Amino acid sequence: MREITGRACRDLAREIHEHSGLQVEECYQCGKCTAGCPVADEMDIPPNVVVRLCQLGQRDRVLGSKTIWVCAACQTCMTRCPQEFDIAKLMDALRQISHREGRVNPEAAGMAHFYEAFLDVTRRFGRLSEVGLTALYKMKRFPNEVMNDVFLAPGLMSRGKLHLVPKGIKGASSVRKIIDRCMKESHR
Amino acid sequence: MERIGVFICHCGENIGRTVDCAKVAETAGKFRNVVHAVDYKYMCSDPGQAMVRDAIKEKGLTGVVVAACSPRMHEPTFRRAAADAGLNPFLCEMANVREHCSWVHEDVDAATAKATDLIRVMVEKVKQNEPLYPIRVPVTKRALVIGGGIAGIQAALDIADGGHEVVLVEKSPSIGGHMAQLSETFPTLDCSQCILTPRMVEVAQHPNITLHVYSEVEEVNGFIGNFEVKIRHKASSVNNALCTGCGACTQVCPAKKVPSEFDVGLGDRTAIYVPFPQAVPNKPVIDRDHCVRFKAAARKGLPVTEVTTCGKCQEACPIEPVKAIDFSMEDEIITEEVGAIVVATGYELYEKEAVGEYGYGKYPDIIDGLQFERLASASGPTGGVIRRPSDGEIPETVVFVQCVGSRDRAKGLTYCSKICCMYTAKHAMLYKHKVHDGNAWVFYMDIRSGGKGYDEFVRRAVEEDEVKYVRGRVSRIYPEGKKLVVLGADTLSGEKIRIDADLVVLATAISASKGVETLAQKLGVSYDQYNFLSEAHPKLRPVETASAGVFLAGACQAARDIPDAVAQASGAASKVQVLLSSEELEREPVVARVDENTCVGCFCCESVCAYGAVERKEIRDRSGNLVKTLAYVNPGVCQGCGTCVATCRSNSIDLAGYTDKQVFNEIRAL
Amino acid sequence: MKVGYYPGCSLEGSASDFGLSIAKAAELMGVDLVEISDWSCCGASAAHSLDHLLSIALPARNLALALAQGLDQVVAPCAACSNRLITAQVEIKADPDLGARVEDIVGMSLDGDVRVLNMLDFVDVYGVDTLKEKVTRPLEGFKGACYYGCLLVRPPKVVQFDDPEDPKSMERVLTALGATPVDWHFKVECCGAGLTMAQPKIVARLVRDILRNAEENGADGIVVSCPLCHQNLDMRQLAVNAEYGETHRLPIYYLSELMALALGASPKDAGIDRHFIEATERVASLGQSGKK
Repeated sequence: MREITGRACRDLAREIHEHSGLQVEECYQCGKCTAGCPVADEMDIPPNVVVRLCQLGQRDRVLGSKTIWVCAACQTCMTRCPQEFDIAKLMDALRQISHREGRVNPEAAGMAHFYEAFLDVTRRFGRLSEVGLTALYKMKRFPNEVMNDVFLAPGLMSRGKLHLVPKGIKGASSVRKIIDRCMKESHR
Repeated sequence: MERIGVFICHCGENIGRTVDCAKVAETAGKFRNVVHAVDYKYMCSDPGQAMVRDAIKEKGLTGVVVAACSPRMHEPTFRRAAADAGLNPFLCEMANVREHCSWVHEDVDAATAKATDLIRVMVEKVKQNEPLYPIRVPVTKRALVIGGGIAGIQAALDIADGGHEVVLVEKSPSIGGHMAQLSETFPTLDCSQCILTPRMVEVAQHPNITLHVYSEVEEVNGFIGNFEVKIRHKASSVNNALCTGCGACTQVCPAKKVPSEFDVGLGDRTAIYVPFPQAVPNKPVIDRDHCVRFKAAARKGLPVTEVTTCGKCQEACPIEPVKAIDFSMEDEIITEEVGAIVVATGYELYEKEAVGEYGYGKYPDIIDGLQFERLASASGPTGGVIRRPSDGEIPETVVFVQCVGSRDRAKGLTYCSKICCMYTAKHAMLYKHKVHDGNAWVFYMDIRSGGKGYDEFVRRAVEEDEVKYVRGRVSRIYPEGKKLVVLGADTLSGEKIRIDADLVVLATAISASKGVETLAQKLGVSYDQYNFLSEAHPKLRPVETASAGVFLAGACQAARDIPDAVAQASGAASKVQVLLSSEELEREPVVARVDENTCVGCFCCESVCAYGAVERKEIRDRSGNLVKTLAYVNPGVCQGCGTCVATCRSNSIDLAGYTDKQVFNEIRAL
Repeated sequence: MKVGYYPGCSLEGSASDFGLSIAKAAELMGVDLVEISDWSCCGASAAHSLDHLLSIALPARNLALALAQGLDQVVAPCAACSNRLITAQVEIKADPDLGARVEDIVGMSLDGDVRVLNMLDFVDVYGVDTLKEKVTRPLEGFKGACYYGCLLVRPPKVVQFDDPEDPKSMERVLTALGATPVDWHFKVECCGAGLTMAQPKIVARLVRDILRNAEENGADGIVVSCPLCHQNLDMRQLAVNAEYGETHRLPIYYLSELMALALGASPKDAGIDRHFIEATERVASLGQSGKK
């Protein structure tokens, strides 16, 4: 049995509103988002239930869910939502908060590692080096996934799609400053 | 010599808590010409009113000021009390010390001073008041009903049975409306046409009802009790007086593939057609957009009388010596005079062609509720067998989707369409009754079944007819092979659901009829953002509009089912009976008056009057020569808005009850 | 015609065929693509998943650079890039406080207007009829399933591009090139996008469904305008076959490759020989002496 308090509901609703401008009470739980979500089957909590849990103040459950990291941000949900509730934006907000608090669900941590690796490489070179991204991602996931896609490497190289040496840009330091500043501000 | 009485009400605590009423009474008692000033807890009560009456009689009052609530609340109350005591009611005024004073201020001293000032102002006004007498206008004891669906039919029959003449106007070739298209009705599963057609025949045969089908209201002039309505009788090309309804013409018409409006595109009709076999009147009309002869005339740029293409219908017509079919017929404008108007224009369905995630209307096996009714109907295009429109096969799995367009901010309709939960349950049950081994699925958000026997009806669908209800909306429907893939969700078990359907029925929202806003503007009736017509008061005046003499019945006001439409229609009819039961109507005498001595005949007033109340009056000398043309305000039409008073350049118009002298004296009192 | 150009990170790497074909098509169209000088990563899905301000600041830097360079229109061929650039514009316009913070972080001014175009907007601005007139080898007989994916058409109020359920812009271009667009039902279904590295099984499932529907509706190939969609549909097609025991061999073309081809380029110059699923054979003989 789960205890629900009005206080918890109000606090979470306020936090979400301050973070993203969204009002969770707008959702009337019709389930159309879940119905159209391409990855709903791989989620632990269906999208409409994530919103429901937000309405009931269940902060830990939503921030620790697999769902928010499996979400592909395809925007199908919010495009069809009859209440025009931006659930995709809610997913973003929950990802941001979850990452900031270090609560990423271990089973879905791959996506978080992917995004971290993406930004790590980008801050170094100003642009994304796909080789750099792959290498950094595999390091984060070590020892899992090390051999993933290695057989594709020769194919990519012969097709001119793989550049081993990443090209940095002049503005790399500007990009690094932008990333560092933003991440430090939110991840204090 | 003026003798004014002032009565200050405490209104319990409403006024008394913020205004020192006793003190105000004392001060007012000292005003010039005030001979009586008292305060009391509840002036509107019986004893309070008695106080006013007694004071008028005992002190010979020539004017009364009641300082209390808004005149919108109790002006009639106190004016009636004054009249009972023999004082002209228009010599009684109210000073609003509640809404304009005690309810909006907190400081007692300031509020008391303000209340005193408000009374001072009204006392000065009342001294200039003159007795006014109600204006009487005659009432035309006939009614107009616009719309021949079940609501219009009910209203027309009730008014006609009540002994008054009714003109019923319907824009399609037959009365009956959407109810005629239905197969069975909930919650009894009565055959719709079986219960409707007797009423339709009654309308046609009723001596008090004049039926104009294939007609629309063109223009409305006048005011309550005295409307003049122009009706356009569209050219049907068939002389109803001669036509016997034998149907020979429809048999020979070569244009056989016109999509039938009655069958909502699932069946065809001919260009000369009767919409359905039980149509009333059972006389055909020619659809000129699809008639071979009329199309030929249009193509050649000739009048239809000079073209000889086709004409088979006229040839086949057995009537002699003059055929019943007359290609030269033109639209006719008929003028009717009525005292009351009932609007019963019904509804339309939200177009499924607007819903992208369900295919934009491209897939023939995704249909709407009215189309399903035609499939289920024994007189429908498939003879009552549920068949897929694409290949005629009987569907094994039917998915019903509720709330398409309704309760949907994104689609712009935030309201609930009220009847879909019930008719979807009905559809699912009818399907299961006809296809015993079929699968019926209903995707819903909530089940709204509040009427008598309604919830039991839905439970019957679930428990007896094995209709499967899934709580969740459908995100997308697309074809795969011969099937339609329905992607929905069951929020109760927390899963995404896929169903491969053979037929999908969308419960699309109930919407206002197209073009109803134009009619509303002609009638001066307000409507909301969805074009549903507005009632005068949502709780207490549901069948009247803010335009006196115009009433509402049925779905034109909001989505509703047949029992409610019929009840409301009878309600509107009863209001009409009240209106038509008097020989004359009394109007408030607060109307504008022209001083014929100073009017220069510039007619600026005429151009600014929104009600068309200003007429031109010719002043002639004894020999009949025209001396001058002046403005004249028709007291039967004038609404007392005062626009002409403000406009008049020679200061020749004044408003009875609010003359310049009265108003300036009020201002000077401050 | 001159237009600003924001290639985006993948066009230099895994989507080099996209970049190549655009350069070739532009050359044959007579369009001068002016690359934004020193452009940087737009942040794609990584930024908005981890930090909102970052997700606006990274694209904003490129908008500022474009403005400083005096460009009034910029083509961003990658759907994610164009989506993020437009989102940044829309959010900054709606919230001046956000705009001020972003200007501060980026250290450049965002004053001015620059229109961000996706590939289809670009063809529209150029003129579909103008393009048609320049076609020297009409792709007659090629039945293409136009695949838009997610970010070109959603969120509809932000990108304001075509119809989010049944778009037709790509079909119009394909028709102008002489090919035949097929009617199919997975035009705007997600391919899995950025899940490709961390959740390959999910991507395999989504890609399988897209391929199946295209094939069921008679497509010779799928036409895309997004590097990640291309990668998932093309490079990962082999993984789909392995996972599901199926034998898909459906070539995936960038719209710009077909444009370059129709304008007279060889398949090699158009980048078509760089795919994982063989794509040259299906189109090599199109538009030559009327034979397919």
